Amino acid sequence: MAVGKEIRTKISSIKNTQKITRAMEMVAASKMRKTKDRMLATRPYSKKIAKIIKHLAHANPEYKHSFLVKRDVKRVGVIAISSDRGLCGGLNSNLFRKVLTQLKHWDSAGIEVDVCTVGSKAYGFFGGLKKIKVTGHVAKLGDTPHLSDIIGVIKLMLDAYMQGEIDELHLVSNGFVNTMTQHPTIDQLLPIVPSELDEQLSSRHWDYIYEPDAKEVLDHLLTRYVESIVYQGLVENNACEQAARMVAMKSASDNAGNLIKELQLIYNKARQAAITQEISEIVAGAAAV
Amino acid sequence: MTMLVHVDIVSAEKEIFSGLAEMVFAPAELGEVGISPRHAPLITKLNPGEVRVKISSTESYSFFISGGLLEVQPHVVSVLANTAIRAKDIDEAAALEAKMRAEEILADKTSRVDYATAENDLFQAVMQLRTLERFRKRGG
Repeated sequence: MAVGKEIRTKISSIKNTQKITRAMEMVAASKMRKTKDRMLATRPYSKKIAKIIKHLAHANPEYKHSFLVKRDVKRVGVIAISSDRGLCGGLNSNLFRKVLTQLKHWDSAGIEVDVCTVGSKAYGFFGGLKKIKVTGHVAKLGDTPHLSDIIGVIKLMLDAYMQGEIDELHLVSNGFVNTMTQHPTIDQLLPIVPSELDEQLSSRHWDYIYEPDAKEVLDHLLTRYVESIVYQGLVENNACEQAARMVAMKSASDNAGNLIKELQLIYNKARQAAITQEISEIVAGAAAV
Repeated sequence: MTMLVHVDIVSAEKEIFSGLAEMVFAPAELGEVGISPRHAPLITKLNPGEVRVKISSTESYSFFISGGLLEVQPHVVSVLANTAIRAKDIDEAAALEAKMRAEEILADKTSRVDYATAENDLFQAVMQLRTLERFRKRGG
């Protein structure tokens, strides 16, 4: 019976798509578990170093490192982290929307922007924007990024900061809240701002003992700090990507299921109508004889 | 009661140790340091070597770190290690093999290798073995 051939091909094509989205969902789910573990594993280190930096911001060092000193802002640097691939829901577009508002804000204040991008999507986005200079780019880091992969772009930005080419450094990435929610964030990395005042630390005048000397130790520590924060951002963004992809693919599979159900109904109706018509034709023919 | 200080040891990969201790020994760049509670604030770089956490007069833990940073606040000691291993988890065979390999590379002047890397590897392996040796001597 030749009824509803188009509908049948459509149903089978949707079924194929559904198979793909379901497979992607499962792959993303297992990858998410791994990337999440990695994210949680590196968290203690970056938390600890952030805490030390917080202490340091309250100290009164003789040697003022340029990372700790605020300057007039004429040009800012941004390290933007995104995923390499799409098909992960609104993850990247939410992030970029947030960045756009910030960029507008800077633009109206007459501040120029330099960007280093991590991930192909960020490169595609910032590369297409006018007025913005992309100074560095790295992508295709895979699911197990290494610190050495991103040290290049970090160094680029830190050198620019040291030489006074940029006066602030911001990190743009997705923060992992839980599997269902990812939060786009823009954090200021440099200069380091002392966050909420700690009474115990700021009440008296104190400084660290530095061994071997303040400059060397602080240079090392502050570079490590920026590296670890950016690296943490990267692994966190990875976990976000997988989580977002999992959710997006799940809803795609569900939608495909609904679509198939509807089409199946239409197909059945059409087939039934054809049968009824055929019978009534036969009956009418028999009556005529 | 003896005074105690809170000690956190974290490596880039995970949290290694967190708890109270009587004293902490660490291989600072200018020589080994021992930190008691209420030590003045201090920041220093660490060499590869052994970090020892003395919990009580009878109990102590050893860790091997491959370099890092030490921060001291009067009641908190933080060790940021590049990598850290508990002394009893050090694989002696692996360390020995790494030492041999590094020595071989260093001896073979003809091959085009990165001498700095090989030397660093050798140093790491030797320090691991030394940590293990000291750990055994103490009867841990």
